[in-house]
Order: sequence, then C-alpha cells, then structure tokens
Amino acid sequence: MNPKKILNANEISTILNRLSFQLIEDHNTFNDTVIIAIQPRGAILGKRISKLINKYEKDNNLKIGYLDITFFRDDFRRSQKVLKASATEIEFTIENKTVVLVDDVLFTGRSIRAALNAIQSFGRPKEIQLLTLIDRRFSRELPIQPDYCGTQVDSRLNEKVIVHWKENDLEDSVYLHKNKK
Amino acid sequence: MSSLSVDNLLGIKYLNKQDLNLIFKTSDNFKEVINRKIKKVPSLRDVTIANLFFENSTRTKLSFELAQKRLSADVVNFSSSGSSISKGETLIDTVNNILSMKVDMIVMRHPSPGASVFLSKNIKSCIINAGDGTHEHPTQALLDAYSLIEKIGDLKSKNILIVGDIMHSRVALSNIFAYQKLGANVTVCGPKSLIPKSIESLNVNVETNFRQALKNSDAVNMLRIQNERMSESYFPSTREYVQQYGLTMPLLSSINKEIIVMHPGPINRGVEITSEVADSDQAIILDQVENGVAIRMAVMYLLAAKLK
Repeated sequence: MNPKKILNANEISTILNRLSFQLIEDHNTFNDTVIIAIQPRGAILGKRISKLINKYEKDNNLKIGYLDITFFRDDFRRSQKVLKASATEIEFTIENKTVVLVDDVLFTGRSIRAALNAIQSFGRPKEIQLLTLIDRRFSRELPIQPDYCGTQVDSRLNEKVIVHWKENDLEDSVYLHKNKK
Repeated sequence: MSSLSVDNLLGIKYLNKQDLNLIFKTSDNFKEVINRKIKKVPSLRDVTIANLFFENSTRTKLSFELAQKRLSADVVNFSSSGSSISKGETLIDTVNNILSMKVDMIVMRHPSPGASVFLSKNIKSCIINAGDGTHEHPTQALLDAYSLIEKIGDLKSKNILIVGDIMHSRVALSNIFAYQKLGANVTVCGPKSLIPKSIESLNVNVETNFRQALKNSDAVNMLRIQNERMSESYFPSTREYVQQYGLTMPLLSSINKEIIVMHPGPINRGVEITSEVADSDQAIILDQVENGVAIRMAVMYLLAAKLK
C-alpha cells in the first residue's frame, strides 16, 4: 500500500512558525533556556526552530545542542538492529537552565526516557520540556507527553510515521507507512 | 556495516578493514563520553565481565577496568598470583569455573602465545585478548592506529616504522596487521638477532640502519626490550643497543621531517627512548593511553551487542 501523506511542506512551515512563536512567548530571550535536539532525527527540526526564533526575536541568547542517546537506550542487545551512535555536541552548561528537548516523532516515549537519563551527564537542569513535530498518541509505553506539539497522529503500532526534511530528502513532508517493519 | 564480523577479539589478524573503521567510529563517540563531567553510560549494565590476568599489567588492566566501569558493566578481577593456578588447575577448568558464575565476557592476558585462540575453541564465551605472550595484543594496536589517525589522518600509503624487540613483542605483530589493513607500509628495525627470520612473509620491510629507516617514516613506534621473555643474550650490551637503536633528540631533529613518536609503554627511559623525546611534542604517548579507554569501550560495546 502506498504511504499516506499526512503533512506537506506548507503545513510543516505553518507548524514550525507556530512552535517558534510559542517558544518565544514562553521563554522570551532564551537567557535561561536552551534547546537540545535529539540525534539524529531531531537535529534538523532543532536547527529549523532555532533559525525561526532568530528571525522573529532578534535579541536572543538562544543556544542549541545535540544529544546522542544511543548508549542510554533500553533496547541494546534486545533489538535485532545494532544501534549506531551519532555525535553529541553540547558546548554550554545546562545547570539550572530550562531545557527544551526536540525530536521529530514521539511514539513509545522510550527515546525521550533515554534522553532524560543522558541529559543528567551534563548537569542538573531547572526544568525539562519536550517539543515534537508529531505526537503519535495512543501508542505510549511510558508516561511521557509533549509540552509543544506540531500535530497529533492516530496510528497503529505496525505503522510508521516518517518525517522528511528538504536538507536530506528534497522536500519537507510527513508520511504514514502502513505495515512497515 | 554496523556490526563486527567476529564474536571474539583474539587478534587483529581476524578483523577486516570495516571492523577497524567501525571500532574507530564508535571510539569517537566514547571519547566524547569520557570527556564529560559524568563519564558513565548505562549500555552494559546487564553484562558481567571477568578480567583474567595471568601476567603482570598496569596500563592494560586499569584501562580495561575503567572502560568496563564507564560502560556500567559488572567487573570481577583475577590475577594468577594467589590463585588456584599454583595448585595445578588447567586454563580451561579455571575459565569454565568462572563462567559458571554467570560471566558474559572474558578479558584475558596470558604468557603463552595463542592462549586466547586456544580458549575460544574450548569454551563458549566472548573472549577479548589483552595480550597473549609474544603473539598479539589487539587493543594496543587498535589504540595505536586510532591515535595515529587522529594525528596524521588516513594511514593509506603512510610509512610506519616499528623499532626494537620485534621478536618478543606482541605489540609489533598486532601493529603490523593493523597498519597493513589500513593501507600503510610497515618497516621493522632492530638488531638482526631480534627480528624473526620469517618476518618477510608478512610483507614488511626490514631495515637494520635506524637513521636510514627513520628518514623514510611518517611515524615511529618504539618498543621496549622484553628482557623477561629472553632466556639468552640477543645483543652485546644495553649500551651498544642504545647507541644504535635508542631514539634521541639529536637524532630526531637531525632528520628534516616531522615524525610522530609512539610508545606502547612501559617506557625504559634512556634505553629505547630518551626522556627528552618521550616528553616532547612529537610524542603522542599519553594520547595513546587516553584513547586506550575509548577503544576498549568501543570493542566491548560492539562485542556485547553480539552476545547471545
């Protein structure tokens, strides 16, 4: 079966603008807030959002870091796939800051749990919030919910939501694949 | 390629180039981890590792143990002094007894060449060779190559010189395999009595004139004279050896070329290398030690992924 397009480039652009304004509204000049994008799939979303924030709020101190959660995952030696690590780049302190974690799709919540553990290696933040482009509700395995959400998608466990970014895949789009492993 | 082609790390001989590159890539990630404030990750929290050291070691043992602790593995240590080995227990029995206590991985150093290969044929467990006699010391060669790549980039067609006691050095053999798999040219240099006769079958160049050999090299790995493995005298005197094969600052600076100096440790200052050279900017000896922990984390992480 052909994958179903859930979001096109225009819709994604509208959502990213809205998310950026929400962040600016809540965090003003980002003096005490940092964005940490989860590698690899949250990285482009994090970059886009921070670019938009820089566009709309010129006087800001926004810092963005990238967190790899591979070594903190709970499915090491349990899944067939061998996990491949990406780079972690956090060149500032998160002590007493508000951290906004950014990832493309929130599904079972296990990646976010790993990120919550991994972030502790870098200090004790004042607060951690979560921003995701897609929230696959009804499929959570852990009590984790987003604070900022692009859109909610109802999907079955055997379906897969894939986010494409023009940086890698020519166009911005989100597809729902049926029965994909 | 994101998994190793082997289930044990017995020697560099058994690895392919993809394996080496995967280990290096993974080490990059772990190097970042061990430079964090909190240097621990939970990856191996359900893995138990036994370190069996039938021969003395400082660096390798500490490095393995730190790597295991930073991966959150459970660690038990064993050294042959004060053990039942002196009561006549065989190696296979010793290891099988340890495995009965639900150990997942064995890191072993042993004075007999081939001990880890022998063990891997006789027991069911993941084995990492931490040095077996004069045979191989794979993690040392991995960290040597990794440190060198960090310094001078891709090793393809680079000329690497290994100097000293080639005959008794497991580091030499593992180094030769590793550098060759990465596309480098390897030359060995030392007194003829300390170069095995069959070394040319490994496709390495042999040079007895140290200065000449240095002139053509991008990096030099200085080995220690392994007196503990010698039953007879291989050269007239230490003084004569130092004169011919010792690396000194005047010698190094007389060659108009930036040569990277490596040493696997322990250093005999004033014998194979002078303090002036060992502490100079050209020496990457302490980088090697730092990278050793990251390399061993990568090796154990990648092998743990293959544990059944």
